[in-house]
Amino acid sequence: MLIHLRRSLVMCVLCLIFFGFVYALAGTGVAQLLFTHQANGSITANGSTLIGQNWAAVRCPGHPLGSCVFHGRPDDTGPYAANPKASPPVPGGDNPLVANGNAGESGGTNLGPRSKVLLANTRALVAYWHKLGVANPTPDLVTTSGSGYDPDISPADALVQVPMVAKATGVSPATLRSLIARQTHPAQLGFLGSSYIDVLQLNEALAALH
Amino acid sequence: MGLTWTIVTLVIALGLAWRFLGSYMAAVFEGRVHFLGWAERPVYRLLGTSPDQEQTWKRYAGALIVFSALSIALTYVIIRIQGSLPLNPQHLGAVPPALSFNTAASFVTNTNWQNYGGETTMSYFSQMGALTVQQFVTPAVGIAVAIAVVRGFSRRNSPTIGNFWVDITRCLLYVLLPIAFVAGIIFVGQGAVQTLAGPVHIRNALNGVTQTIPRGPIGFMEAIKQLGTNGGGFLNANSATPFENPTGLTNWLSIFLVLCIPFSLTYTFGKMVGSVRHGAALLAAMVIIFGIWVGGTTIAEHQQNPAVAAAGVHANVGNTVGKEVRFGDTSTALFGAASTSTSTGSADASYDSFTPMGGFFLITGMMLGEVTPGGVGSGLYTILIYAIIAVFIGGLMIGRTPEYLGKKIQAKEVKLAGLGALVMPIAVLVLTAIAVSIHAGRAGPLNAGPHGFTEILYALTSQGNNNGSAFAGLTGNTAFYNVVGGIDMLIGRFGIMVPAIALGGVLAAKNVVPESLGTFRTDNGMFVGLVIGVIVIIGGLTFFPAVSLGPIVEQLSHGKFF
Repeated sequence: MLIHLRRSLVMCVLCLIFFGFVYALAGTGVAQLLFTHQANGSITANGSTLIGQNWAAVRCPGHPLGSCVFHGRPDDTGPYAANPKASPPVPGGDNPLVANGNAGESGGTNLGPRSKVLLANTRALVAYWHKLGVANPTPDLVTTSGSGYDPDISPADALVQVPMVAKATGVSPATLRSLIARQTHPAQLGFLGSSYIDVLQLNEALAALH
Repeated sequence: MGLTWTIVTLVIALGLAWRFLGSYMAAVFEGRVHFLGWAERPVYRLLGTSPDQEQTWKRYAGALIVFSALSIALTYVIIRIQGSLPLNPQHLGAVPPALSFNTAASFVTNTNWQNYGGETTMSYFSQMGALTVQQFVTPAVGIAVAIAVVRGFSRRNSPTIGNFWVDITRCLLYVLLPIAFVAGIIFVGQGAVQTLAGPVHIRNALNGVTQTIPRGPIGFMEAIKQLGTNGGGFLNANSATPFENPTGLTNWLSIFLVLCIPFSLTYTFGKMVGSVRHGAALLAAMVIIFGIWVGGTTIAEHQQNPAVAAAGVHANVGNTVGKEVRFGDTSTALFGAASTSTSTGSADASYDSFTPMGGFFLITGMMLGEVTPGGVGSGLYTILIYAIIAVFIGGLMIGRTPEYLGKKIQAKEVKLAGLGALVMPIAVLVLTAIAVSIHAGRAGPLNAGPHGFTEILYALTSQGNNNGSAFAGLTGNTAFYNVVGGIDMLIGRFGIMVPAIALGGVLAAKNVVPESLGTFRTDNGMFVGLVIGVIVIIGGLTFFPAVSLGPIVEQLSHGKFF
């Protein structure tokens, strides 16, 4: 028993030093050396390309709020917006420390497939899109993601927003569609995951256009 | 198309791992691999042991229990005092006592159930020094136990089953560390974060959004999180977050890492007992069940979400609720099946928002006892328990003394196997019954109706099987769920490990009966069918009533919302 305890203690200390710190620090060193940009969070001038942002509150003179840019998934939008009643009050804007109105962490809504709340929220989002001039919002655009800040949308999600953006920006639908095509990342090696568009990069390209 | 190629490439990669990683692990545990001897020998000197000092099963189990108890204490202490420790750029305070107990039990049992949100609860010191450490140690302990049970079959008339300290040291140095380090580099290269620099604040001039983005040493924790079938991520949303799982490639790599050791250990088993066919038979049983579960989950998640369809949104895509665009529904379903059929429990989506049948396959993947292929080590020793029960039943049917690999399976072995097979269902069902009977338990679920019951059942199934995935709508960070869950995890881990080690010891002491014409074959299709039957019948009979009140009722409630 005593010998087990002594050996356990030695093993715990060795593992703490080696697998707790040497591993992570050596990993950090290699990562910073080889992949500095990625290791630090893929940060660009306007944010991380891996962290979704809220585009719903962009002011568009003469047009509805948010109609002159492409939107991502409605994490922290509409019925999932920041919760002012929470304590402490929760700021919105796809803050990675706020997900679906809950402070403090990333995460999905966790609403079940037969949840009345999910049904009501989805209906509210359909109405929200109709008001913005998107006639047939796709499932991605009326449902929230697993992380709470999905940075991407599918090409179909972008295409249904084309009439809205064209009307508010004056850019022709054909130009927007070719912009979407250029911004589409195909599935890796043609089969890993799905093809997607990074919403931040798409909107940066859109801003550069006009 | 994407799914087909994903599966084809996974099958090829896992097939190579089965053959080569499997035989490599056999060489490691037979002491034929030495390239890190310069690191290995000083460890033995400090421990005061050596590969020649073999242990009886009682000493082996004793060392394991004392080591695990001390690990729980150390993990608990670190997260309790993290406020006074370095590497805490967010100045996070001590983790509360009940939550600390649950978390310490969770990481030391290889469960990685998380009742906390990582980015706002754990300092970098805790993530590295308390949690990542256990993500290395616990798979090594699991594999050590599996190897000890295998030695029960490979040795004859032996009073000992190996040396616990040597087994875990070899596993850590030669198996887990090199694979995790290489995988960590790939994760970071794809976009996973690996920095100690603390959160970053940023303002986007295009939309006026201001963000505080949490960062940390994530990428390399991610590698061992998957490889060790741990599942506990740095961030609350786990592998759904782009900082943990940035691309389709890392999603594929995660699935591969989760499955490679549990499947490969069947080859290690076959190699060590001198009959690869016996390992292949266990592999076949695992693969057949796993294949059905992958198919079921994928089909279920390719259906539309009932609530979204009822809101009038129709499109030719599957259930998107709680899923990430870059993965899509089929990759996510595959990930979910892999994570719950091993004891990993990592999640690249919100499992709570899976369709009723998708959720059914996740929860039942765990209920089959985590043997298809199960956790690292735990999958193998648990399926060996089922194999012994299968041999016993087969022997009863044809009226012969059952034997497995030449070892007579007698009353003592069957009692130990029975104990190992019944501990988990009893813990899960009794604790679920308690949770739904008292207010503190019923206060947990977020969703109403059958889905709320499933959230409770899922939580206790996941913890009892040391899985760690969640229907995360359940509010688990309460005194009740922290304590009950902690107990559930400890029973589910050590309540099976100790009978398994005892089984190894009892079998190692036996001589081998020569094979004869009357020997019941345990390496052919008939036996594979029998093992599958035992797994499905034990799991099915035990859990069908509970599951029928949850996902099955939910699936049948067409047009109803709760």
